[in-house]
Amino acid sequence: METQEANTKKEIVEKKPLEKVCIICAKGSLEDVYATLVMANGAVMEGIETNVFFTFFGLDGITKKQMNHLHTATIGNPAMRMPGGLPFPTMLGGLPGVETAVSGMMRKQMEELDMPPVEEFLEMITAGGGTIYACKLAIDMFKLEKKDLSDEVEDIITIGQFYELCDGDRTQIIFT
Amino acid sequence: MIKTFCKTQVEVNVSEDGYLEDMSQWNKEIAHEIADEIGIELTDKHFEVINYLREKAAAKEALTIRKVGKSGIVTIKELYQLFPKGPLKFSSKIAGIPKPTSCI
Repeated sequence: METQEANTKKEIVEKKPLEKVCIICAKGSLEDVYATLVMANGAVMEGIETNVFFTFFGLDGITKKQMNHLHTATIGNPAMRMPGGLPFPTMLGGLPGVETAVSGMMRKQMEELDMPPVEEFLEMITAGGGTIYACKLAIDMFKLEKKDLSDEVEDIITIGQFYELCDGDRTQIIFT
Repeated sequence: MIKTFCKTQVEVNVSEDGYLEDMSQWNKEIAHEIADEIGIELTDKHFEVINYLREKAAAKEALTIRKVGKSGIVTIKELYQLFPKGPLKFSSKIAGIPKPTSCI
């Protein structure tokens, strides 16, 4: 009886580290794409098998034309503040060029923390063995082709194929 | 926590995860022993990276794999080949510097 109890306790204590993460990025703002990239790169650095699936507006994160010019929303973003912490007036956010300038500032701050531009970040992920996929349905919808995508993209696949890649009992799917 | 390295019979202070607490206690034999535990066989190229990490750690510079990739010693891909499944974690451990706190 006691041994049985001890065994159960041991089972609880035994760690079962994550073996695979499958991350889905469906939004194309600077912060959404970077959340995906940081999590994917972090997983690769920890030796966790990593698959990333870009879909809908998230495709901007792997589209050559867009990926290095992502924006953060200056309207409808209550967490947006002026330098110094004052509230960011919604009216100001709508003026031409403001979103571009704010996004540029964000990118500069990120660069200071050694966060690479999107293109380089994708290269870092694949250099460590992570794999990047584009969603077929979204590619068709936005009338894109493989040649429009970053060279780091492995393939254009369906969600069904992506789920097939998510097998294993120590796998987590993360949606950003 | 104090850890005794069997081959060299030296006692060093290590953190719970096995990182040296005082980088000056490090030597090449200790590096080889930590690498053995991880399952990495150290070559000259490994030591080039390790020496670079130690230099940067001594200068209190935050380390990222991106920085190592730009050092001119190895590319990020090569860094992963040298220290599989833990390019910054394992290299820092073997280099006798604190556990990296960077997310990149």
